[in-house]
Amino acid sequence: MRLFSKKTFAHGVHPPEAKEATAGLAIRRFPFPPSLTIPLSQHIGKPAVPVVREGEEVIRGQLLAEPDGFMSVAMHAPASGIVRRIGLMPSASGKMVPGIYLEPFPGSSQEVPDGAGVDLESATADEIIAGIQAAGIVGLGGAAFPTHVKLKIPEGKRCETLIINGVECEPFLTTDHRVMLEQSDDIFMGIRYLMKLTQAAKCFIGIEANKPDAAQHLQDKLPADLQAEVEVAVLPVKYPQGAEKMLITALTGHEVPSGGLPIEVGAVVVNVATTAEIGRLLPVGQGIQERVITVTGPAVKKKGNYRILIGTPLRFILDEVGVEDDIARVFMGGPMMGPAVSSLDIPVVKGTSGVTAFTLREGGDTPPKEYPCIRCAYCVDACPIFLNPSQLGLLAKNGEFATMAEEHHLMDCFECGSCSFVCPSHIPLVQHFRVAKAAVRKAKAS
Amino acid sequence: MVSVAKTLQLRTSPHVTSGASVDLIMRHVVWALVPTALFGVYAFGLTAAVTLSAALASCLLAEWLLCKWSEQPSTLSDWSVAVTGLLYGLTLPPGLPVWMTMLGGFIAVGLGKHLFGGLGYNPFNPALVGRAVMQAAFPVGMTTWHAAFGSGRFSSVPSSLFTFPFAAPEYTDALTSATPLAAWKFEHNLAAASDLVMGFTTGSTGETSAVLILLGGAYLAARKMMNWRIPLSIFVTVAVLTFALHLASPEAYPTAPFMLLSGGLMLGAVFMATDMVASPMTTLGVVIYGALIGVLTVTIRLWGGMPEGVMYAILLANAVAPHIDRLVRPTVYGTSGRKA
Ligand code: SF4
Ligand code: SF4
Repeated sequence: MRLFSKKTFAHGVHPPEAKEATAGLAIRRFPFPPSLTIPLSQHIGKPAVPVVREGEEVIRGQLLAEPDGFMSVAMHAPASGIVRRIGLMPSASGKMVPGIYLEPFPGSSQEVPDGAGVDLESATADEIIAGIQAAGIVGLGGAAFPTHVKLKIPEGKRCETLIINGVECEPFLTTDHRVMLEQSDDIFMGIRYLMKLTQAAKCFIGIEANKPDAAQHLQDKLPADLQAEVEVAVLPVKYPQGAEKMLITALTGHEVPSGGLPIEVGAVVVNVATTAEIGRLLPVGQGIQERVITVTGPAVKKKGNYRILIGTPLRFILDEVGVEDDIARVFMGGPMMGPAVSSLDIPVVKGTSGVTAFTLREGGDTPPKEYPCIRCAYCVDACPIFLNPSQLGLLAKNGEFATMAEEHHLMDCFECGSCSFVCPSHIPLVQHFRVAKAAVRKAKAS
Repeated sequence: MVSVAKTLQLRTSPHVTSGASVDLIMRHVVWALVPTALFGVYAFGLTAAVTLSAALASCLLAEWLLCKWSEQPSTLSDWSVAVTGLLYGLTLPPGLPVWMTMLGGFIAVGLGKHLFGGLGYNPFNPALVGRAVMQAAFPVGMTTWHAAFGSGRFSSVPSSLFTFPFAAPEYTDALTSATPLAAWKFEHNLAAASDLVMGFTTGSTGETSAVLILLGGAYLAARKMMNWRIPLSIFVTVAVLTFALHLASPEAYPTAPFMLLSGGLMLGAVFMATDMVASPMTTLGVVIYGALIGVLTVTIRLWGGMPEGVMYAILLANAVAPHIDRLVRPTVYGTSGRKA
């Protein structure tokens, strides 16, 4: 194990970590809600296609919807119950999306029957990929990109380095931290599948130095058969080190080409909780029914790391943990990248790593006053992509989206929010960039 | 079970900020200038206090009036005009007639800042714009210096201070004195470096004490509210150039310490060249910018008609700052080896 390595990426910021409240709390099972709302698309790509009917009784772990093509994953019943309705439901994006309303049976044993597992010894790469897709696995770190898609190594490319992402650089969140402490066997089993599939020669488990217990635990538990290839690498704490590109640069020194995929520098990055799910589900042939979510923030009373059913509405979660009277803002994930929700009827999904709630005391009644850009260059020194957010911000104000994309690398911005975080003029830079990127994508599509 | 029934704030991420804000930065610049200003008052007495107050008041008033007339909310609370007012006052010779001081304050804020669109849009440091216009309009007033540490400095002020607007001030020779730069340029008198460091010479209200200026600068640099690379680049350039010239011809050229410590170089390099709005944004950019200021300062001082050149050097460098930014763009992640 490399303790106190100096390896990291350039630029970045140091937001308050705010992880002490939940880092020491073991994962606990969350109660089942009276009803679940399960979106058919919890991933980037095509929505899954329902294979159940309204009124049908399902058992926990049963397939609810099957993938529609390669860029799609399956969805399983998070609980035994009855399918009440298949139709539109609210989502975090604010739009109504197709989904399944499931009412769990209160008295059911909620046992999950095993399916046809993927045998580690005999399975081929394609069989493992199919198994991951069938298990409904997506990037649990928040991106929700179908994991099997990024594991499909394109013709002519080779994976040299498999990187297991245990960085968890978002403030407040401790899901990955707890998974590393409590599910090391699952993680190592997942790594075995991934190594076999990618044929990588080397595997790093990247962990930031603020989780020394997790790094030590994984090092101690490292099984003999993995010792030659797997290295636990401890990295200095810096946001956004958990971003794929930044982590690759920190660990290998390579830069992923602009607009390219990690595999172009021979790397594949998989989130540590995703790895644990692969290791847990593939041998028994089950699908994702639940995930670990940090429920935290100053407005939450019983903060903790909970194993929560996919589709549990936020309202139920917040009611269970209790909130302060002056709760003002709720967002999915951590405060740097997490989108605020407009309604508590929105459910948690596979990509939800945290539910964070702020009170009025964090940020007040209105957003901070915006000043003109004073060209302080804080954002320039923060941007891990080496963009000029100040310049981009001015262009965005004038609506010059095409110029932003063509001359100022707008599309390389991955919306980490570091620029907005440091801006003393409180310009919502990253929000401008989200809008601009969407406009550019739309213009390109038409 | 309490139900969460609230209107939720919809804000975009990030939901946390570093705590930096424009008014905070500006306020700290003001604090960093306080020792220098206090020393100015100590060295030049009541005169300096009057000049500084007049400069500050005129800038604040101009900002307030301009916001009112353009029907914008007042921007006094962002503290940027306090910085301008204080800096402008510190560049003036104590004893400048109050009406001139105030006129320049209006020019600094009106012409140097609001004409370009206000905070963030000024291509030049507003305080220096004010001073430059004053220098052109009132060459005598702007180069008449009062001796520092005069005995009656806390009991009386020179009559020039309260000259009626548009009347020429009268100076009594007994009170005036040459700045170290002018003394060197016109009389070949080299002031002692130790006097320059401590501020025992004459000059503008705020430019004489190198040590206090550097202290203020260090404070800001430590808080990341000033880019220390700018003054460093200026100092290194000036030092290297002067050292070489002095080596070549000790008779014709002053020593490097003298060049660094005399005149407005310290104040200009630390507090004016570092104006965030008017300086480049990248590390390489600010190094080039600083070097440019250094070269221009030395050139104007040694071969120009005036003893002091820092002000024009900074204004010229301000003008090219956007071009420097365009020329030295950092390589975007993942594009090295390819054409951007
Ligand atoms: S410009 Fe984009 S990538 Fe750069 S700091 Fe801002 S949000 Fe992050
Ligand atoms: S951080 Fe904000 S104020 Fe500073 S240069 Fe960037 S956009 Fe401008």
